[in-house]
Amino acid sequence: MTERIGVYVCHCGSNIASVVDVASLAEKAKTWPQVVISRDYKYMCSDPGQEYIKKDIEEYGLSRVVVAACSPRMHESTFRRALEKAGLNGYLLEMANIREHCSWVTTDKQLATQKALNLTRAAVKRVVYHQPIVEREVSVNPATLVVGGGISGIQAALQVAEAGHLVYLVEKEAYIGGHMAQFDKTFPTLDCAACILTPKMVQVGDHPNITLLTSSEVTAVEGYVGNFTVTVREKPRYINPVECTGCGDCVAACVLKDTIPTDFDLGLSKRGAAYIPFPQAVPLRAVIDDKHCLLLNRKKCSMECVKACQRRAINFAQKDKYHTIQVGTIILATGYELFDAAKAPQYGFGRYDNVINGLQFERMTNASGPTQGKIVMKNGEEPKRVAILHCIGSRDANYQRYCSRVCCMSSVKFAHMVKDHTNAEVYEFYIDMRTFGKQYEEFYNRVLEEGVNFIRGKGAEVTKVDGQLVVRAEDTLLGAFREIPVDMVILNTALVPRHDAEHVAQVFGISRSADGFFLESHIKLDPVTTTTDGIYLAGCCQSPKDIPDSVAQGSAAAAQSLSVIATGKVKISPITASVNKELCAGCRICVGLCPFRSIQIDKATGRASINEAVCKGCGTCAAACPSGAITVLHFNDEQILAQIEGVLA
Amino acid sequence: MTGSFEPKIVGILCNWCSYAGADLAGTSRLKYPANIHIVRVMCSGRVDPTFVLKAFELGADGVLVSGCRPGDCHYVDGNYKTMRRTPLLENLLRQMGVEPARFRQVWVSASQGEIFARIVEEMVKDLKEIGPYMRQGGEDLA
Ligand SMILES: Cc1cc2nc3c(=O)[nH]c(=O)nc-3n(C[C@H](O)[C@H](O)[C@H](O)COP(=O)(O)OP(=O)(O)OC[C@H]3O[C@@H](n4cnc5c(N)ncnc54)[C@H](O)[C@@H]3O)c2cc1C
Ligand code: SF4
Ligand code: SF4
Repeated sequence: MTERIGVYVCHCGSNIASVVDVASLAEKAKTWPQVVISRDYKYMCSDPGQEYIKKDIEEYGLSRVVVAACSPRMHESTFRRALEKAGLNGYLLEMANIREHCSWVTTDKQLATQKALNLTRAAVKRVVYHQPIVEREVSVNPATLVVGGGISGIQAALQVAEAGHLVYLVEKEAYIGGHMAQFDKTFPTLDCAACILTPKMVQVGDHPNITLLTSSEVTAVEGYVGNFTVTVREKPRYINPVECTGCGDCVAACVLKDTIPTDFDLGLSKRGAAYIPFPQAVPLRAVIDDKHCLLLNRKKCSMECVKACQRRAINFAQKDKYHTIQVGTIILATGYELFDAAKAPQYGFGRYDNVINGLQFERMTNASGPTQGKIVMKNGEEPKRVAILHCIGSRDANYQRYCSRVCCMSSVKFAHMVKDHTNAEVYEFYIDMRTFGKQYEEFYNRVLEEGVNFIRGKGAEVTKVDGQLVVRAEDTLLGAFREIPVDMVILNTALVPRHDAEHVAQVFGISRSADGFFLESHIKLDPVTTTTDGIYLAGCCQSPKDIPDSVAQGSAAAAQSLSVIATGKVKISPITASVNKELCAGCRICVGLCPFRSIQIDKATGRASINEAVCKGCGTCAAACPSGAITVLHFNDEQILAQIEGVLA
Repeated sequence: MTGSFEPKIVGILCNWCSYAGADLAGTSRLKYPANIHIVRVMCSGRVDPTFVLKAFELGADGVLVSGCRPGDCHYVDGNYKTMRRTPLLENLLRQMGVEPARFRQVWVSASQGEIFARIVEEMVKDLKEIGPYMRQGGEDLA
């Protein structure tokens, strides 16, 4: 059968037309078999551009359309809709990517034009073999999974829950709150972190629509947007959460009390095996740390905790629990980690006393922290001179190239806190001062007036001379090297992806960017969606950001999730594989290859059959079937081979 | 070798990582040789070895297959299937007299625009050294 093909070559303003001779390309396309009309136009994706396609379909009775323009990842759906408006099935379209893969990467006009021609010819050859495809629609489970209970996850969970839908909030630690729970004051307003975070944490703990799973991790995700099946492993707390009142009697009684360095206080304090990390913890229940508890490790302990607990809440028989959760959408909010300053040995972190990192300083200033809010050296005395160093591990070719976005502001906050809590001189070493946010410049000016010594120049080294810490740096404003003796050094270190980010990305089937943070669909226009439909990102797992931005992104991710829920139905990729029973030899090769276990051998016929609801259309089976019995919609052999032939012709 | 020889390369790329990586090379305006022509498949696991053989038969001087980095496959482990298939295909190509430089199977993630551009550069350079495919003894095979 002969097709009637329309070819549309886009200028994309000058993006394509300045390198590719679009007019000659459109002219040339007219000479190809089955092409009945070919045009070039300034912006094909614009309304008038799409209008051309619609009109031509009607006037020329087009049966196939080729658009030579940008990446199909950008505008395939736009042009599919244009076809559909003119009554043609959207899959009867093929795009040739003559922008991202051609004009933008080629300088030689002749070579670019030839390549664009090859790509367009390939699209024309391929589109002949296209078939109309009906998109599959599935109903959406209105429940949402939020992974990570930091401020961004909390925000997202509350917003979805407030809209009246069920939320499962899975947090790896025994408590929610994330890094924000470790702070005392937050820039730029210097309001108390606990005062704004605690009510939100409590709301999460109490919300009838939120199921909070702490000490838990997602181990497997199956399904697709609208219908995910998630497996969560809940580690035992060894405390019955219904009975426990959080009174802390077990904490006080534990025989290991004050012997284990705390994570929450970054080693600045010690706790027992039974503990509650901070007074406002949600859930306010004790937890027993199985890595240290003597009973759990050595099977030998006098079990003072059990004796102390009047509620008989302690239960050492608890085991891992697995939950199977059904949700329609997923929000990842797993946050960040601090760069390990010991990896930059020139700063003496881990070698010298009184060289601390930003989170340790945060704990120190927190009234319920290890020093009850006092800024003190290891010997308990107040420092007289304090240095704050910016960009440790950030904006540094040896470590992370990117700016960690919050450190300038938190350094300014630290300077203020030192001034506020002590009489110390403060020296702050910075490369640039980046105070880009709302009220940030005002905050910086305020701290400038407090008499902090700002020195423009990156701290190069921290050494010890005769027992005295010395910071060496080049003062680029004075044009001189400086050596400043101090009592305490605060290293403001980079925010880095969590150490398990790769594993988490694998479990959820999403990508990471070059620096290891989770990858958004579009850095500018789609910052919270991933390339996996139904999975969204919020907070610092996507890139470093401050609390206002984390909260905004948490809300944005919730909105994405809610819009899917509100629609009730989602279109899922109709691209699936199917078996031609006549050709199938029942060899079973495909069965073992399918990543989704969607192929089975029919007992009655001995032939393979594919469960289309489960198949995701990767086509691994089709590539392997020795009988050529498997085809994949929209990516069948004829189509791919025609395209290969097209580029080579 | 002939200085003006411009090898034709077919690049079969998975949609989620490598095609997106090639898109990123474009949006970042990196420059690389125009010799590569990209054909999109959903997963590198979809690449039937016959696609590669057919490309050579139809006049390609080189074929590049690229998928998501190990562990990052959008389809869990489609790329591991590719990984296992590649040595078999390389063997077959060797037996057919296709020099190893003509076929490359690599991993390029959605964020590795630079790496993609570099791979294309390298491949074009290698192919320019060994010359066009058919004239190199391809006739004997026909
Ligand atoms: C020293 C310092 C000071 C700062 N001061 C300020 C300030 O004053 N003002 C300001 O606006 N910003 C400040 N910030 C930035 C602030 O910390 C972040 O913007 C904010 O904490 C980001 O929240 P989040 O929810 O994205 O991540 P996080 O706070 O990191 O929370 C992530 C949560 O996810 C959990 N999690 C991780 N992986 C998993 C998993 N696989 N499964 C389940 N749960 C998981 C974690 O346990 C954690 O609870 C500061 C940062 C630093 C380093
Ligand atoms: S386990 Fe018992 S003693 Fe410990 S906090 Fe809970 S109620 Fe109190
Ligand atoms: S295309 Fe084949 S291998 Fe891939 S998911 Fe579908 S049935 Fe499984």
